[in-house]
Amino acid sequence: MIFLTFDSLSQISAGTKRVPAYSVINHRIDYKFDETRNFQVPVIGPEEPLFGKKLTEEEAAALVSKGKLTTQAKNCMNCHTLLGNGAYFAPDLTKAWLDPSWGSKEAREQLMVDFLKDPSDKLHNAVGRRMPNLGITDEEARAVVAFLKWMSSIDTNGFPYNFKPIDQSDPAPAAPAAAAAPEATGTPAQN
Amino acid sequence: MAALGMLDSANLNGGQKLAVKYFTVAIALFGAQVLFGLLAGIQYLKPDFLYGVLDFSVNRMVHINAMVVWLLYGFIGSTYWLLEDESGHSVVGLALGNLIFWVLTLAVAVVVVVYLLIQVGPGDQSTIWLINEGREYIEAPRWADIGIVVSVLVFFFNVAATFAKGKYTGIGGVLVLDLVALAGLYLAGVFYTPNISVDQYWWWWVIHLWVEATWEVLVGCLMAYALIKTLGVRRKIVETWLYIEVALMFGSGILGLGHHYFWIGTPEYWFTIGGFFSALEPIPLVAMVVHSVFDSGVHKMKNTNHPALAWIIAHAFGNFFGAGVWGFMHTLPQINLYTHGTQWSASHGHLAFFGAYATLVIGFVYLALQKWRGNVWMSGGLADNGWKWKWALGLLHLGMIGMVMGLLISGYEQSQIERAIEGSTWTGYFAAQAHHWFQQGIYWRQIFGWVFAAGFVLLAWDLMTIGKRETRPALVVKEEAAAA
Repeated sequence: MIFLTFDSLSQISAGTKRVPAYSVINHRIDYKFDETRNFQVPVIGPEEPLFGKKLTEEEAAALVSKGKLTTQAKNCMNCHTLLGNGAYFAPDLTKAWLDPSWGSKEAREQLMVDFLKDPSDKLHNAVGRRMPNLGITDEEARAVVAFLKWMSSIDTNGFPYNFKPIDQSDPAPAAPAAAAAPEATGTPAQN
Repeated sequence: MAALGMLDSANLNGGQKLAVKYFTVAIALFGAQVLFGLLAGIQYLKPDFLYGVLDFSVNRMVHINAMVVWLLYGFIGSTYWLLEDESGHSVVGLALGNLIFWVLTLAVAVVVVVYLLIQVGPGDQSTIWLINEGREYIEAPRWADIGIVVSVLVFFFNVAATFAKGKYTGIGGVLVLDLVALAGLYLAGVFYTPNISVDQYWWWWVIHLWVEATWEVLVGCLMAYALIKTLGVRRKIVETWLYIEVALMFGSGILGLGHHYFWIGTPEYWFTIGGFFSALEPIPLVAMVVHSVFDSGVHKMKNTNHPALAWIIAHAFGNFFGAGVWGFMHTLPQINLYTHGTQWSASHGHLAFFGAYATLVIGFVYLALQKWRGNVWMSGGLADNGWKWKWALGLLHLGMIGMVMGLLISGYEQSQIERAIEGSTWTGYFAAQAHHWFQQGIYWRQIFGWVFAAGFVLLAWDLMTIGKRETRPALVVKEEAAAA
């Protein structure tokens, strides 16, 4: 148990293959099926900074940390699940950044911030459940988005099963980008 | 000694006087758990109920925290209850124990008031220190965490020192070792890290190793003592069983932790370790069922305390089904991939906590009441035929089993629709939640929640009145002969 704990902790510290460094929020994160492992794995794509601003490792770490702190301070886990743990009253946030509900990848950052700041009038489900207004500030909301984006890059051994991520492929005119895509998505580290 | 059938502290030793204080708070918190569970349940059916006032997150937090704390109170109370009797020595540090009881109770009250009135804070460390930590089951703010550890350490000191001055029985030895782990493991949850994988890794040490391993061993000790007291089972036999159970529990339970490490970012070798050792986890629980049922059979159910024995047997079965069967049902990674984070977990959680822990604490409270009323008669032929405790036992179990089945049906449906068909997206999540099969399960959960609440009210009434004006002294059971 002690040996396994040391080994596991070394494999899940930020900046490893399974749990990427916080600066991963400067990149596109996608979720693709991996033939060898037989489930979906996160793939780190080309540069796509959050809110259009590239952050250093320290800035990214501080922002993600602020985001996680906010999720704790607002008691998110007593409605939502994160990595599948928590309550089951609201959806799992593990791959929230990649969820198709945000409509398009261009709109998602702003939609997420707006939603977090006041979700109370944004009913979007058939069961009538609404998230309450938790007094989340603009700064906190952006940090939470950073945390969610970072969390979506964690290799969760294919959980949640059969997840269909938002379409992030570039529009047709960008022919060079399409050519670059296989290289960008085929992270060698996964084999 | 005071008259039979009257509550009188003169009937109790020092540890037992402290124990009844713990039991009183425990039962009050049990009531709070039921109440907030009902409120949270209603919000599944009517999402606008108390929206913006007491949101689901608050109700659910109070519901699960009240549970953890009332069971902890029950365990501390039960341990103080048996301490002098078992060690043959008066409790060392009793005054300190009393002081800690009041400090802890005041702290619990403050934490609950803050949960209800302040609820959330800004996204910085001050919230984690003062309001809540936002980590499921261990939401208590940091100042309270430190307080809990100090309280448990004082409790540990009292127990260890008392056994050291008196005599160490087998039960005493296991108990003391277990309490070291009880204080120690809680510390694994008292820190902050931005890395959620690391956070969850240690979080499970508190939730699995603390709640499942150290609590299981503790209830094993309590059960051994209770069997000696109610049935007169020979000490040598129960202690041997206790050692075997502890060995099995640690053998399978510690690495069984692996079943929580499938999806939080941890390496894939946990699939094998978690799956294999989880499969072994129910074994000690089977041993427990065999042992208590066999013992009561050998004694032809002749015992000193009917309600306590009934709850002890309920514990044996509840532990086996709730923790063992319901847990194992979805700990294999192949199944867990679909069920993790669905109502399956809620179904298992309800049955396991009730079956494994609540039942035994209730059994102990009955033991305590019997002594408190001057060791009054509590065997067959109670006044009114004991209808209150029997109906309470029945309604609580009916309510619990109904809730568990309702949640399980919803869980099946959720795994199928959200995970297997819809591809685990938010749209899929809500498609499953809105489906009438899911809603039906949740509806039944609520109805059985009311049944459970009715059982609780009856239980509380019975606890206040059982043995009142009873004039017969308790039945005496002889310890079974060594040759038997």
